[in-house]
Amino acid sequence: MTELDRIRNFSIVAHIDHGKSTLADRLIQLTGTVAERDMKAQLLDSMDIERERGITIKANTVRIEYPAKDGHTYVLNLIDTPGHVDFAYEVSRSMRAVEGSLLVVDATQGVEAQTLANVYQAIDAGHEIVPVLNKIDLPAAEPDRIKEQIEDVIGIDAQDAIPISAKTGLGIPDVLEAIVQRLPAPKGRRDAPLKAMLVDSWYDIYLGVVVMIRVMDGVIRKGDRIKMMQTGALYGIDKLAVLKPQMVDIAELGPGEIGVFTASIKQVRDTRVGDTITHEKKGCDTPLPGFKPAQPVVFCGLFPVDANDFDALRDAIEKLALNDASFSYEMETSAALGFGFRCGFLGLLHLEVVRDRLEREYDLDLITTAPSVVFKLFMRDGEVRELHNPADMPDLTLVDHIEEPRIKATIMVPDDFLGDVLKLCQDRRGLQVDLTYAGSRAMVVYDLPLAEVVFDFYDRLKSVTKGYASFDYQISEYRQDNLVKMSILVNDEPVDALAIMVHRDRAEARGRVMCEKLKDLIPRHMFKIPIQAAIGGRVIARETIAALRKDVTAKCYGGDATRKRKLLDKQKAGKKKMRQFGKVEIPQTAFISALKMDS
Amino acid sequence: MDDWRHGGFGVYVHWPFCAAKCPYCDFNSHVAATVDQDRWRRALLAEIDRLAAETPGRVVETVFFGGGTPSLMDPSVTAAVIARIGARWQMAPDVEITLEANPGSVEAGRFRDYIGAGVNRLSLGVQALDDADLKRLGRIHDVAEARRAIAIAQSVCDRVSLDLIYARQNQTPEAWAAELHAALRLSQGHLSLYQLTIEDGTTFAKRARAGQLPGLPDEDRGTDMYLITNEICDEAGLPAYEISNHAAPGQECRHNMIYWRYGDYAGIGPGAHGRMTLGGQRHATAGHRAPALWLQAVEEQGSGEVSRETLRRAEEAEEYLLMALRTREGVDADRYAALAGHPLPRARIDDLSEFGLLEMHDGRLRATRDGRLLLNRLIVELSETP
Ligand SMILES: Nc1nc2c(ncn2[C@@H]2O[C@H](COP(=O)(O)OP(=O)(O)OP(=O)(O)O)[C@@H](O)[C@H]2O)c(=O)[nH]1
Ligand SMILES: C[S@@+](CC[C@H](N)C(=O)[O-])C[C@H]1O[C@@H](n2cnc3c(N)ncnc32)[C@H](O)[C@@H]1O
Ligand code: SF4
Ligand SMILES: [Mg+2]
Repeated sequence: MTELDRIRNFSIVAHIDHGKSTLADRLIQLTGTVAERDMKAQLLDSMDIERERGITIKANTVRIEYPAKDGHTYVLNLIDTPGHVDFAYEVSRSMRAVEGSLLVVDATQGVEAQTLANVYQAIDAGHEIVPVLNKIDLPAAEPDRIKEQIEDVIGIDAQDAIPISAKTGLGIPDVLEAIVQRLPAPKGRRDAPLKAMLVDSWYDIYLGVVVMIRVMDGVIRKGDRIKMMQTGALYGIDKLAVLKPQMVDIAELGPGEIGVFTASIKQVRDTRVGDTITHEKKGCDTPLPGFKPAQPVVFCGLFPVDANDFDALRDAIEKLALNDASFSYEMETSAALGFGFRCGFLGLLHLEVVRDRLEREYDLDLITTAPSVVFKLFMRDGEVRELHNPADMPDLTLVDHIEEPRIKATIMVPDDFLGDVLKLCQDRRGLQVDLTYAGSRAMVVYDLPLAEVVFDFYDRLKSVTKGYASFDYQISEYRQDNLVKMSILVNDEPVDALAIMVHRDRAEARGRVMCEKLKDLIPRHMFKIPIQAAIGGRVIARETIAALRKDVTAKCYGGDATRKRKLLDKQKAGKKKMRQFGKVEIPQTAFISALKMDS
Repeated sequence: MDDWRHGGFGVYVHWPFCAAKCPYCDFNSHVAATVDQDRWRRALLAEIDRLAAETPGRVVETVFFGGGTPSLMDPSVTAAVIARIGARWQMAPDVEITLEANPGSVEAGRFRDYIGAGVNRLSLGVQALDDADLKRLGRIHDVAEARRAIAIAQSVCDRVSLDLIYARQNQTPEAWAAELHAALRLSQGHLSLYQLTIEDGTTFAKRARAGQLPGLPDEDRGTDMYLITNEICDEAGLPAYEISNHAAPGQECRHNMIYWRYGDYAGIGPGAHGRMTLGGQRHATAGHRAPALWLQAVEEQGSGEVSRETLRRAEEAEEYLLMALRTREGVDADRYAALAGHPLPRARIDDLSEFGLLEMHDGRLRATRDGRLLLNRLIVELSETP
C-alpha cells in the first residue's frame, strides 16, 4: 500500500504522432522500470499492428517508481493513450482514472485538432494539465511560438511548458519533477467500503479476461469476493497485480492505486467499462457515474473471398471480439458476396485495423464492402428502424422520412489550404459553424453528415492539404435529410454490395462517378457489359464496358500441353480473385474502390 | 479402346541448334560452336530404342523434326533416325515425315539429301517477305534467299509449308494483306501464319519493356489482322484448320493434328515433350532442356527424360479440350465426357453460344470465328466446372 500523497496518476495525451509513446519510453527508462536490454522504441505499443503502423491503438498503463528531489519515492501510474480520433474513447476513459494529464505538443507542428479535443476532455475530467513541448531536437522546432499558440488557441497557461526531446531524453528529469510537483495526489479513504472503477479489460490467452481498475476508496486484496455493480456479477479475485508493464503480483491495492486482476471471467463482454467494483459483502452504496459505452458508428460487410472460409471467418471474428468490445458483428447474406458479417466499428482506422488483423492473424482473404453509417428510418406506421446496410432499405412508400447522423468536425489547417478544405466540406454537404485564426493556421468547425465522412474524407483532406490539416470529430445528432438508396446494376442486375444511401441532389454525380470507376475496375469480358446507377426504377447514369476482342495464344507448338495447362491454372487462380456476379466477374477490390470520390 | 487412338501416334525429334538466336524466339534453341553429329546420332537412336521398348506394336503415322533448326542436322543423322524409327516401331505406309528448315542457302543445298533420307514434307521458316523486317526479326536470311530456298524445296518435295510471322512492328493491315497474297502465290497448299508474340524471357520482351519495340499493333489492330488473314486464306482455298495453320483440303500437317487431336507422341531430344499411354494411363514426359545435360543423361543414365508424370483423367480431359478447341474440327463431346467423367458444361456452353463464341453440332463443340479470338478465355470458362 502506498500513501496517497506519494502517488501521482496521469495520462499522456496529444495529437497523433506528437510523441506520447516515445515520452512514455523515456519515463520508463529513466526510472529503471524496465531493464535497459529490454527497452525498445514505443515499448508500450505491443500489438503487431501498432508496431507496424507506428501508432498506438490501445491505451497502456505502467506503474513506475520515481525518487524525487524532495527525497521521497513516488509511485507514478502513467497511461499512454492513442492519438487517432477513432480511439478517442480510449483517451476519455483513461482520463477518468487519473488526476492529471501531460499534454504533449510537437514543437514543430503546434496545436492540432486532437490536441484541442484532448485538452477539452482533460478539462472536463477536472485534470491538472502540464504542457510539454516535444521534439525540440529538430531544427524546425519553435517552442516559443508554440507556447504562445497554446495560450491563444487553447487558453491555458503555457509559460511553464516543459521543452523536451523524447527522442534524445532532453528535459525528461524536468517532466518527472513536474509530475510530482504540479499534479495533484489522488484522494480517497482507506477505511471506506471498496469502490473501484473498471477502466479497461482485455483478453489474455494465458490468463483469460484481465480487468484494470482504479481504486477510489477502500482496499482490494487477492482472494476477495467482489461484485460488479452494473451487471450484478460476483467474482473471486484470483490474481492481483500491477503493470510494470508486465504483471507483478501485489498483495493489495489501496485508494489512488491502479492495477489489474483476474477473476475467471469468460469474456470481455461480461465486463462493462466504467462499472463500479465493490466487495460482495459490505459494499459501497452509490456507484460511480459510469460512462457511455463506445458505439460503433461505421458499418461494413466482411465476406470471405472463398465461400468455404465462412466458418473460419466466424471463428476469427468471435475470437477478435473477445478482446474488442467496441466492435460489433452480425451475420449477413448478400446476393453478390454470399455469407458474411456486417460489422460495426468506431471509425475507418478501426475498421482497417480489424480487417488487417483478421486477414493476418487468421490468414483469411476478405472482401470489404463500402462503409456506411446507421440511418434511422421513420416508417409510416410509426415504427423507427435502424438501417445498417443500404441493401436492406425497405420500399420507399413505407418510409415517411430518413434521418442520418451528423458530426461536429474540427479541422486545423494552414491558411494556404483553407480554400480547399472549405470546398471539400461544402462538397460533402457540410454547414460551416465556426472559422477562427491562430497565427497562420485556421480552425474551422463544420457540421457534416457522418455518411460523407466515413468513406474517404480523411484521405481527401490529407491530399488537398498535403498532409497539413488535422481533423477531429464528435457525433452530434440525427437529422432528417432527403436521402435515397442508389443501386448499381451490372449487366442489368443490381449488385447489392454496391448499393449506397445518398442525398437526392448528389445522387446523379455520385452515380456517374461510380459507373465510370466500375468501368475501369471490371476487366473486359467476352461480351459487353452495361453498368447503370439507378434510384428505384429510374436509371440516372450509365456506362458500357466494351467486349474483349482477342485473347488467344498464336502458336501451340511441339505438343507442350503441359505449359498450356499451367497457363490455364494461372488464369483460373486469377479468376479466384473475382466475384462471379451473374455472368460478370467483379474483382474484390472493386467493392471499395468504386465508391472513392476523387473529384 | 485407349483414348489416344482417337488422335493417333507420332514421333517428335527435337534438334536444339541454330546458327543464330532470333530475338523473339522462346523455343529450346541454342547456338553452339560445333556439334558432334555422331554423338547426337547415337543419343537420338538410343532414345528411340528406349521409347520404342515401352510402346511395342505401335504404328508410327508421322515423324516431325523440329527445332531449333533441324536443317542443320547432318542428313545422314536424319536418315539414321528415320531408319531406326522404322526398325523399332512399324512405319505406316503413308507416313508423313516433316522437317523444319530455315530458308538459308546452306540448308537449301541439303534439301535433296533429306528427301533421300525419307523426309516427305518440308516446313520453311520464311517469317517475312520484306528484307527490313527480316532484319528486325534478327533473321540471317533475306527474301531473295528465301525465294530460292522455296523453289529448291518445291523442286524436290511435294509438300512444302511456309511459316510467316505477322503483326510486326509498324506493319499495316494493307501491307500484311499484300505480303500474304505474295506468300499464297509462293505456297503449295500449307501456310503457318503466326501473330508475333512477345514471349517472356526473350530479347524482344526486354526491348518491349524498355519501349524499344514501338509500332506493335494494339488489340483492335491485332484482331483486324487476324480476321484479314482468315478472309484472304479462305478465299485462296486455304482455310484455317487450327488457330494459326491454313491448308488446302488434305494438306493439313498430320503430325500437328496428332497433338491437337490429343493422340500419343514420343518426344525425343532436349526439351521434347511426349504423351504416352502405358497400361491405360497417359504419361506426360519431357526431356532435359539443356542440350549438354540431355546428351549426358542419355549417355550416362540411358535416358534423357527429366520428368514423367501420370496424368489424372481430369487433366487429360483438360488437355484434350485445350488442344482440340484450337482446331476447326473441334472437341468430340462424347470423348471429352468419357475422359472427364462428366459431360461438357452445358449451361456455360449455351451462354457462350448465345454470345456467338461457341457452337455445338453433331456432338462436336467448336469455337466460332469470334470464339477462336477469345480461345484462352473460353477454355477457362469451360474447364472451370469440376
Ligand atoms: N526528432 C524527434 N522525433 C520524435 C520525438 N518524439 C517522438 N518522435 C518521433 O515521432 C514519431 C511518433 O512518435 P510516437 O511516440 O509513436 O507518437 P505517439 O504520439 O505515441 O503517436 P500515436 O500513438 O500514434 O498517437 C516517431 O517516429 C518518433 O520516433 C522527438 O523528441 N524528436
Ligand atoms: C520452331 S519455330 C521455327 C523453326 C525454325 N528454326 C525457323 O525459325 O524457321 C516454328 C515457328 O514458330 C514461329 N515463331 C517462333 N517464335 C515466334 C514468336 N515469338 N511469335 C510468333 N511466332 C513465332 C515462327 O514462324 C517459326 O517458324
Ligand atoms: S526462330 Fe527458329 S532459327 Fe530463330 S532461334 Fe528460334 S528456332 Fe532458331
Ligand atoms: Mg503512441
